[in-house]
Amino acid sequence: MSQSGIAEQAAHNGHATDAESPRGLAARLVAGMREQVQLRIPRADLDERDPDYIRESLPRLWLLASLWFRGEVRGLGHIPEEGPVLLVGNHSGGNLTPDTTVFTLAFCAYFGVERAFYQLAHNLVLSMPGLGFLRKYGTVAASPENADTALASGAALLVYPGGDYEVHRPSWERHKVDFNRRKGFIRLALEQNVPIVPVVSIGGQETALFLTRGGSLARALGLDRAFRLKVLPISLALPWGLNVGDMLGHVPLPAKIVVEALPPVHLRDEFGPDPDVDEIYDHLIRVMQETLDALAAERRLPVIG
Amino acid sequence: MRVGATIEIAAPPEAVWDFVSDPSRALHYMAGITRWEVVSDERRGLGARYRTLLRVGAAEVGGLVEVVEYSEPRDMAWTSVTGIDQRGRWRLRERPDGRTRVEFRLSYGVAGAGIFGAIAERVAAPIVRGHLERTVRQLKRQVEHEQQRQRAAERRRARVA
Repeated sequence: MSQSGIAEQAAHNGHATDAESPRGLAARLVAGMREQVQLRIPRADLDERDPDYIRESLPRLWLLASLWFRGEVRGLGHIPEEGPVLLVGNHSGGNLTPDTTVFTLAFCAYFGVERAFYQLAHNLVLSMPGLGFLRKYGTVAASPENADTALASGAALLVYPGGDYEVHRPSWERHKVDFNRRKGFIRLALEQNVPIVPVVSIGGQETALFLTRGGSLARALGLDRAFRLKVLPISLALPWGLNVGDMLGHVPLPAKIVVEALPPVHLRDEFGPDPDVDEIYDHLIRVMQETLDALAAERRLPVIG
Repeated sequence: MRVGATIEIAAPPEAVWDFVSDPSRALHYMAGITRWEVVSDERRGLGARYRTLLRVGAAEVGGLVEVVEYSEPRDMAWTSVTGIDQRGRWRLRERPDGRTRVEFRLSYGVAGAGIFGAIAERVAAPIVRGHLERTVRQLKRQVEHEQQRQRAAERRRARVA
């Protein structure tokens, strides 16, 4: 869809009416921001992934993952060597998500940058100024169409069903897998008939002190309608101190990040030809939570690991 | 960045060569290596290709390598086809006392990675050097142990005869 097409769609969805209605300056401001975000959401183009760029940036990622996060990734051998696969992870660390950095480095180093690998991200992430380089890594806007396209091309696709809801959970829930009952990824795997590899990570929620998701605040400000943003998180983070929204990111504490890929789940082999989505969801949450509990038991101290 | 490790092994070069040229033995003595998989028709020799991975810091790095020099029982060198740029070499030289001087060299880097690439190479160097030094020590133990077992087997055969 062209940019003008997106603008037309935004107008069709009611934005123009909102802006013209007398809802006050705040409403027009939110609507204006929404339009800017809509205009900035890049069209999903799998060809934007640039293996040479990834290869040349891997040393930078390696330094960050090895020295700052002391990253450790286990079980990459569980991921099928070739063919499409849906990697499903729990998500932590606010908007900076160090678990994604550590896992992306490990995946690209292990399988080589030649293997097509895409990641779904929130619209706001991709429309943020200065984050355009993420598209070169294969990051595309989270939508069913983009996910279908990526898997149909035979690529590995990394999704975080918990998304913004899970990534901003309070730090005292850091050892909890919480997808907020989002099950679209299971329907996606069934439609594309691809295995799911659960990817469990720990440590991300210790990179700041996350206090609350701020879900009620986000609803009160209409952010959920305007930006698909269910949260307005509040945390204590460097260098801001009190950090509301985490829109500008923060300096993450050097928490040790451990990621573990689990054996693949072949849905129709394990759950029959017409599987029940709820049953699969409960199974995946169980195995991921068990792994997270085991990783938590290995951890002696927060941040230090 | 080039790193290396050297050791003397109490065995003739042919005995050491049996180890370093056999891909099925690589995981037994190469420290940090998580994969050394044959992906070509020929298991060893010029043109043989292996998929290799070495754990360094937060990642397992490596890629597809191809043997580009195979001079039995003296030199085996390989270079990368995919993955990080690397060139490795086993260099065996016979000493006058029947022992073998073994050198394991590895050059690595990522072309085009700029200043961060140079820093990463240097930060990784002690880790890679540590792997290489443990590798030659483990190789020495295994080759010399194999020599002892062969001599013991010969003694047993002599007693029976």
